[in-house]
Amino acid sequence: MEQVIGNLNGIDFTLGESILELSYLISALLFVFGLKLLSHPETARRGNFYAGSGMVLAMFTTLLLHRDASGNGIALTNVWIILSALTIGSVIGWVVARRVKMTAMPQLVSFFNATGGAASALVALLEFPNADMGNYESVLVTILGLIIGSIAFSGSMIAYGKLDGKVKDITSGMMTYVNLFLLVTVVALSVYIMISGQTPEQLNWAIYLLLGISLFYGVMFVMPIGGADMPVVISLLNSFTGIAAAMAGFIYSNQAMILGGILVGAAGTILTLLMCKAMNRSLMNVIIGAFGANGAAAANTEGGVMKEISLSDASILLSYSKSVVIVPGYGLAVAQAQHVCHELEELLSGKGVNVRFAIHPVAGRMPGHMNVLLAEADVPYNQLVEMDNINPDMPNTDVVMVIGANDVVNPAAINDPASPIAGMPIINAYQAKNIIVMKRGRGKGYAGIENELFFGEKTRLLFGNAKDSLQNLVNEIKSL
Amino acid sequence: MEQILAYFFTYKEAIFIIALSIFVGIEVISHVPSVLHTPLMSGANAISGVIIIGGIILVGHADTSTLSLELILGFFAVIFATLNVVGGFVVTDRMLEMFKKKKK
Repeated sequence: MEQVIGNLNGIDFTLGESILELSYLISALLFVFGLKLLSHPETARRGNFYAGSGMVLAMFTTLLLHRDASGNGIALTNVWIILSALTIGSVIGWVVARRVKMTAMPQLVSFFNATGGAASALVALLEFPNADMGNYESVLVTILGLIIGSIAFSGSMIAYGKLDGKVKDITSGMMTYVNLFLLVTVVALSVYIMISGQTPEQLNWAIYLLLGISLFYGVMFVMPIGGADMPVVISLLNSFTGIAAAMAGFIYSNQAMILGGILVGAAGTILTLLMCKAMNRSLMNVIIGAFGANGAAAANTEGGVMKEISLSDASILLSYSKSVVIVPGYGLAVAQAQHVCHELEELLSGKGVNVRFAIHPVAGRMPGHMNVLLAEADVPYNQLVEMDNINPDMPNTDVVMVIGANDVVNPAAINDPASPIAGMPIINAYQAKNIIVMKRGRGKGYAGIENELFFGEKTRLLFGNAKDSLQNLVNEIKSL
Repeated sequence: MEQILAYFFTYKEAIFIIALSIFVGIEVISHVPSVLHTPLMSGANAISGVIIIGGIILVGHADTSTLSLELILGFFAVIFATLNVVGGFVVTDRMLEMFKKKKK
């Protein structure tokens, strides 16, 4: 491995170095290929495996073959330290990932995202003393890695807390200004570090201050984001972690890190924009204006009455329909009603009813939340229909059953230009012949917007916890 | 103009990699069905764990004769990155496993 096999620009390179770089190339290709396969249902699992193999390859070749600037390999003591850290991380990661309930998936994804951000921030922090202060680019990538990694870490931790129900939204008009101030401070401090001309030791205070402010900004940035906007924020934080890793890649001129990081950054950005599009809002609007904070325009529901439906009526209506579409929302996840929902769907299918699920892209709290939830309950994925494909069928649908969803079926998005959700594409539940809405109470949805669908002529409501209501419905239908 | 060109030339490799990987990232996932949004995000999240290479390099060349801050924080950086990698890939696999078994 120490054998010198060639010379590039006047510098000898060894067999080991060549093999290491080649392994990075293979890893990078495995990442790209894995991500490609991940975007098709049939090949997704293989794609995940390829990407994982790329990672393992890069880790072990680095451990065995990496040389520092003066040509020293990784000493045996250090190898043991690294291996023990790898073991600790693997065991915890494996156990947590295997043990956690599928319904806690959004939290878990956020948590792992946070750890990636933390690692990037720590690496950048520790590499700062080695930065070449005369070289702006070298300092810039280190600082950016630190800032973006910290924001991704603290932001994801808050997102984790929110999804887990441990952290409540805090919205205040002041926050926009505080956040703006924090951002300006971050930029000013970064510029100062870059142009002050001092040594890293002299700038130690500044780098720790930058770390602190970035961490705080991450908290403040996610704090006011409403539940309905969570899918956007989660995918945005995901792309941050990627970019932070890429920045660290520049510190080491490591192509696998740069490519992997930017790949994730780009993919996360696309997903973020996709989520924004599904809500007809700009990213700026999501970050700055928290949902519902702008005093939700009162929909014209004056004089409207919510009409209840009895269990027996509901079960008869469902059993004798030709076509039923279920629109699941976050309420289904909260009530953990996915299994009984599947039971109902099978029961109705057994009676010859065509049952499908209509999935809105931002239903739930993370991109694809409803798909994962229903997959856990063994609902075949070909029964999950995307919004654009189900909407043309709506007028021919006998019954639409809305379970714990609100804004994604609110016709105000189409009818009321003053509504906060105006222009957001919705599932056209209002076009169906009958609508049954399962709701916990008479209150408004998460976004605080009245939903005129609930007051409609064709709408009947079934109040109560979604799981109980569904269970009662299943029992009722069985006894028909 | 000359300065911009000189800058480009100095960092040409980096600029090529950035430009091409952004393109690949966008191209690869732009037509993903919403069924796979969560696993894709979670898988991409695991890939962002490549920061582990940085952690290994950092701790690999750290001075082990004293218990320095670099060593301690670097140790944690490797643990965190491993959590991201292992947890991310395992969770993604678990999700995809659920999608798979219904294909009967």
